[in-house]
Amino acid sequence: MLCALGAVVITIGIVVSLIGEAFRFFARVNVFDFIFGLNWAPHTLESGEEIGFGAIPLFTGTALITLIAMAVAVPCGVMVAVYLSEYASPKIRQTLKPLLETLAGIPTLVYGFFAVATLGPLIRDVAGFFNLSIASESALCAGLVMGVMILPYMSSLCEDALHSLPTTLREGSMGLGATPSETIIRVLLPAIFPSLMAAFLLSLSRAIGETMIVVMAAGLAANLSFNPFEAVTTVTVQIVSLLTGDQAFDNAKTLAAFGLGFVLFILTLFLNILALYGVKRYQRIYG
Amino acid sequence: MDIKIDVKHLNLFYAEKQALHDVSISLQSHQTTALIGPSGCGKSSFLRCLNRMNDIIPSARCEGQVILDGEDIYARSVDVVEVRTRVGMVFQKPNPFPRSIFENVAYGPRIHGLFKSKADLNDIVEGSLTRAALFNEVKDRLHQPATRLSGGQQQRLCIARAIAVNPEVILMDEPCSALDPIATAKVEELIDDLREKFTIVIVTHNLQQAARVSQKTAFFHSGYLVEEGETGALFTTPQDERTQGYITGRYG
Repeated sequence: MLCALGAVVITIGIVVSLIGEAFRFFARVNVFDFIFGLNWAPHTLESGEEIGFGAIPLFTGTALITLIAMAVAVPCGVMVAVYLSEYASPKIRQTLKPLLETLAGIPTLVYGFFAVATLGPLIRDVAGFFNLSIASESALCAGLVMGVMILPYMSSLCEDALHSLPTTLREGSMGLGATPSETIIRVLLPAIFPSLMAAFLLSLSRAIGETMIVVMAAGLAANLSFNPFEAVTTVTVQIVSLLTGDQAFDNAKTLAAFGLGFVLFILTLFLNILALYGVKRYQRIYG
Repeated sequence: MDIKIDVKHLNLFYAEKQALHDVSISLQSHQTTALIGPSGCGKSSFLRCLNRMNDIIPSARCEGQVILDGEDIYARSVDVVEVRTRVGMVFQKPNPFPRSIFENVAYGPRIHGLFKSKADLNDIVEGSLTRAALFNEVKDRLHQPATRLSGGQQQRLCIARAIAVNPEVILMDEPCSALDPIATAKVEELIDDLREKFTIVIVTHNLQQAARVSQKTAFFHSGYLVEEGETGALFTTPQDERTQGYITGRYG
């Protein structure tokens, strides 16, 4: 009881402190300029130049990298889960699954090294071969590595869900002359849709919140671009870079981090509510 | 009477363990054959050999022949999908898919492409539900989840789902064991109606049920087919001591 209360109080405390600082920021910078502004250049503040607190490039950067990461993790994750649960022999499953889950335990810094030292140059060289010029820091590189990072979350949750489905469901479908693949696509995957959704969201929030890989692989440049071959930056990366070093909590530059955090918080909250609603609705129809 | 399925010297193994020993039996078309026997005697395993359902279990291995209309379903050239389309199955526990009533029945026709138009599909679904004596109960809520039906309704839905692909044989694995007496009576009545069009093989623990619904009965014991014959004769004058013991309730 006390612990539960403690958890609730701490959560409220976190939200309140976030909101408090965020409002101090919005007292200095117009909310609309912040959310819809296209120019992000908070570091020019010290030199007395015009300040840019437009967060759009950061959110597009986040969206771009997340999109690439999910494009890798979702199809691969589901296919890995289907293979492990439906096709692999028990022995292979027992070996591969823990192995895959250890991937989730690797520090993201190590993924970052992989992106910087291996994948980035590889992409650059491959592009160079086709006479294209891509910097070794690119959204593509960060997104791909991030996709690999969140793949185990996706596959592990889906595999658990598939594995817990009753055998009778498979037999019912096969007994009607369905092939294993028809059974998987038409019966099993729809049956685990709520779990799929949960896995998708967990992966999505991991991707949105991920910082280290992006810092290392995609750079810090706030470009407003949907070109995956360019360097971009994300919300979380900018929060870190705004708060690193000795910072006084009284200038707009530092407070901008809280503004970003606040918007990110609202966004993820909204996503979660949307997903909960979706799952509930699905369960009402098929429960 | 035509022979629909002719089983010859069937042996079944799960890994090293032999579940069926040299079973030979002929199943007549348009008859209901009941398979009875104590738990673990191999009757369900035998049933699952008739549409190659044991293929799903990796350790299962089958020897002998199961001849459906003159063709061995275990022959190399035979497509297991076609076998299971011709030999449908209803399971012990109702297992509707977590989708709507309509989609459950439409599932088989959809994967096998058995209809030309939407109206065609509607007819198949309605016809199957009607034949499974369920249509009147669900006609106003075809697009509601199947899992919200009662157990008895779910089982009749599973029968409708099996009928929808227009099989020749329907295998039923203790279809009433999870149902109450009223639902059981409905399913039994249904089985009798279905015999006109299909050949039915039913596994049951309920001897009265075997007596009520079947024309032929086969008694299994420890993986052997002990005795088979006309249901009436088998129940009144069993030839084997073990059959006698089982049907008089001395064990089982």
